[in-house]
Amino acid sequence: MTALLSPESGADRVVPPSGFTASLTVFSAGAMAFLAVFAMALSLATSRLADRWGAELARSSTVRISAPEEQMAAQTAAVVAILQTTPGVRAARALTDAEQTALLEPWFGPDLPLDTLPVPQLIEVIEDADGFDPQGLRLRLQAEAPGAVLDDHTRWRRPLVEAANRLRTLGIMSLLLIAATTGAMITLAANAALSANAQVVSVLRLVGARDRYIANAFVRRFTLRALVGALGGTALGMISIALLPKASTAGGFLTGLGFQGVHWFWPLIVPPLAALVALIATRAAALRVLKGLT
Amino acid sequence: MTTVNKTRGGDVIELQEAGYGYDGRALLSGMSLSLAPGSFHFLTGPSGAGKTTFLKLLYAELTATSGRVHIFGQDPLQLSRDEVSDMRRRIGVVHQDCQFLDHLSMRENVALPLTVARRDVSAEAANLDELLGWVGLAQQARSLPPELSGGERQRAALARAVITSPEIVLADEPTGNVDWEMSQKLLNLLVQLNKMGKTIVIATHDLNLIRAAKAQVATRVLRIVGGSIQAAGADL
Ligand SMILES: Nc1ncnc2c1ncn2[C@@H]1O[C@H](COP(=O)(O)OP(=O)(O)O)[C@@H](O)[C@H]1O
Ligand SMILES: [Mg+2]
Repeated sequence: MTALLSPESGADRVVPPSGFTASLTVFSAGAMAFLAVFAMALSLATSRLADRWGAELARSSTVRISAPEEQMAAQTAAVVAILQTTPGVRAARALTDAEQTALLEPWFGPDLPLDTLPVPQLIEVIEDADGFDPQGLRLRLQAEAPGAVLDDHTRWRRPLVEAANRLRTLGIMSLLLIAATTGAMITLAANAALSANAQVVSVLRLVGARDRYIANAFVRRFTLRALVGALGGTALGMISIALLPKASTAGGFLTGLGFQGVHWFWPLIVPPLAALVALIATRAAALRVLKGLT
Repeated sequence: MTTVNKTRGGDVIELQEAGYGYDGRALLSGMSLSLAPGSFHFLTGPSGAGKTTFLKLLYAELTATSGRVHIFGQDPLQLSRDEVSDMRRRIGVVHQDCQFLDHLSMRENVALPLTVARRDVSAEAANLDELLGWVGLAQQARSLPPELSGGERQRAALARAVITSPEIVLADEPTGNVDWEMSQKLLNLLVQLNKMGKTIVIATHDLNLIRAAKAQVATRVLRIVGGSIQAAGADL
């Protein structure tokens, strides 16, 4: 690696400068780095979104029981029993009077005489990762506790969380594809450079150059070009994302696309990664071509 | 890493029933011969006889399709690619078509064997300039190969072949493009190298050159006839 970075004037000059493949490589690496920064931002943003929504989801649904005073205790017990045998429910718990008072306090003040009012009993339902089937649960509740109503207002977000998780996976796949595409493009460019310089390579072999020496002359170039291109593309990508409208609480998904906090450091790995991909791709291409020569 | 490794018999190059054919058609066959260190050889034969092919076997650009070739006691077929490179650094070659890198100056081209061996070219600058002066190319040091005449290119090719002070020098028609005076000069250089103990093989069909050499040094003349190699008659 150190040998690659130290400018060895002699070794680098043995291969002629090639303007065409050089600028194509710089451009491709730049474009790919730009895309990689966006894919990374998408992955991180959707990952944040999935976490936040997932946490809200996990919190709970509620079952509200409105029943005549004398049936309240029986229906509450029945509902809790049903919930405890419902697949997908991790825990079900009737709120105590004190908790209910605390919930109602903001609206009715602290002196609410709970025991004299027909306040519904609330049961907190916490789902497990799989979640329960709301349709089935409603039917069972109807049959056994007619006063019970399942309120699963947060459940509508479940498909969104799933979508967010899918998007994150897609983002990661995009990153892998971008890395592979970069490798493929650099392989093509390196092969073009190698065949354009077939004569040079064979002269170098004949005057006693080792394969490693010849390969490194190409590897250094392509690694440097990929690095330069990727630095430019990454910088542009980061600036573009910094210039996106600020995330606001009302904005939701789209405005949350930027990087947050330490996540700003993530795109900085794109240029070294591009250089590494270029190094591996060029070395493989060069050694393959050299094997065909005496 | 190749060690200094002489043949069993002490010969730098040894052929045993060696042959070569392009695309399966035998061109050379049944060649047995050995070149002692410090010997001086000419290789003659009509155009197309296989002189260039024969020389290519001696620095492993081609490998024998039959029989054995040993260079410094080693069969190139048994060597790794790096070992073949290291072996070539001990052999200077003047290619028939010179084989320069057109984007490098003549001086850089002549220094190329040093550069690829990772030797410090600036440390050998004096040597390099002396050699360029000797082949009459001091003025052209900064020129690019396409700017040179055929004769100048051949002189530069010889300079490149000897810059590393190799143990063997193989020259393929080194005087093909130069006038008589210059070919005498090139021959003198090769004779001097031979007197320093180098093994020399020159492919040529210039009989005058061979006669001129015979006046200065003990030579052996080999002739390729009908795909086989034989010692030339006393008329040469
Ligand atoms: N790469 C090659 N492929 C096929 N045939 C070749 C090749 N190189 C040389 N030949 C043929 O081999 C024969 C000998 O060529 P060469 O060794 O160059 O002869 P010389 O140097 O004595 O003129 C010629 O007939 C030539 O056409
Ligand atoms: Mg020839």
